[in-house]
Amino acid sequence: MKNKSLVSINDLSKDEIFRVLDLAEEFERNPIQRIMEGKVVATLFFEPSTRTSLSFESAVNKLGGRVIGFSETSTSSVSKGETLKDTILTVANYSDLIVMRHPIEGSARYASEVSPVPIVNAGDGANQHPTQTLLDLYSIRKTQGKLDNLKIVMVGDLKYGRTVHSLLMAMSQFNASFTFISPAELRMPQEYKMYLDELGLKYEEHTDLAENIKDADIVYMTRVQRERFSDPMEYEKVKNAYILRNGMLEGTKPNMRVLHPLPRVNEINTDVDESPKAYYFTQALNGVYTRMAIMALILGLKK
Amino acid sequence: MKDKKHLSVSAIENGTVIDHIPAQNLFKVITILGLDRIPNQITFGTNLESKLLGKKAIVKIANKYFERDEINRIALVAPHAKLNIIRNYEVTEKMLVEVPNDIAGIVKCVNPKCITNDEKVTPKFKVVDKNGVSLKCHYCEKITDQEHMEYL
Ligand SMILES: [Zn+2]
Repeated sequence: MKNKSLVSINDLSKDEIFRVLDLAEEFERNPIQRIMEGKVVATLFFEPSTRTSLSFESAVNKLGGRVIGFSETSTSSVSKGETLKDTILTVANYSDLIVMRHPIEGSARYASEVSPVPIVNAGDGANQHPTQTLLDLYSIRKTQGKLDNLKIVMVGDLKYGRTVHSLLMAMSQFNASFTFISPAELRMPQEYKMYLDELGLKYEEHTDLAENIKDADIVYMTRVQRERFSDPMEYEKVKNAYILRNGMLEGTKPNMRVLHPLPRVNEINTDVDESPKAYYFTQALNGVYTRMAIMALILGLKK
Repeated sequence: MKDKKHLSVSAIENGTVIDHIPAQNLFKVITILGLDRIPNQITFGTNLESKLLGKKAIVKIANKYFERDEINRIALVAPHAKLNIIRNYEVTEKMLVEVPNDIAGIVKCVNPKCITNDEKVTPKFKVVDKNGVSLKCHYCEKITDQEHMEYL
């Protein structure tokens, strides 16, 4: 991975994924290693994402590196004027690695083609967010002790949810089976189901949450947003149907863990937080170790 | 015995005959090759019977020869097209269109939020289905299918 950009989870081989996860584990055991001393990481957030940018900054700081960068305050307006190419070519002069989030899809791939320093994609519109996928894989392996043969239940907005799509693609390499639980309007797109069919992997689709999580190893929750519905009435009808409550965890497997990319709004009731099966805050911490591993490998500081 | 098609092919003295164009894509072929903007004499027939395509179209362009890259541009709409190069009423060469593995700078990405529609970036695709011809954007990873192809 040395000097290579990380744009899409599909760019990584299975071995490279394992290397990232193993190194993240090493950083979790021993987080204070000042191997990034003298390195500058630029974080360019063309749209705000506080959690992701804090997670990267924390990762760089733990390894003794420095962070420069900016974050636009509004989601809609990437203040135009300078082209992305010019911004990247300029910032590359000031940094050893660029972490970039941008609302335009494919922007990270393009940046990686013009940039003389490696790019880490921290989200390009609805397209890819590979460090999220890697931290999800890390969290799954950590809680289940393996990645193979797991039952993954995905809940909420499965139509537009970038994180669930990437996770599905990644977990399909490990013989996972899936349950998709969503309102009818936000079903998992056909192309992903066809992909699973091609691989001969099993999946079920349901609209009811409580009934269908009993055999899950992982329950992956996502937010159902009002603006995704063409009919606002439809949203009103289903908005409370995809909230996970502590009572629903009764009868689920002891090894089951609840994941969520955060921030949550109300789709996981706060009474779940006390359950030993709630894993989303630790999942966010795992993001720091995973990002430490990714940057250390790309900068060639670890092999 | 010469069939009717053969006769019409022979009808130009010099130029190119493009055969086996799906009838519904005839005008796309004309646009892609820029045939609506050249002074050459052009004749075409459409909705002709074809075992392969159901209905096909055929175009004859007098005094015009195409480069390989030019011809591959129509691979997306006429993947089975066959070219006869005519010199002095004789077919001197036959060419088949090849659907390439990668395509750059011919088609627009269907995704309005794609970087190729936002900044001066040449659209690039992997051809993921050579028969129906659908294209996966190198940048945003979305699929552009036949139905939504818009030419640059
Ligand atoms: Zn695109």
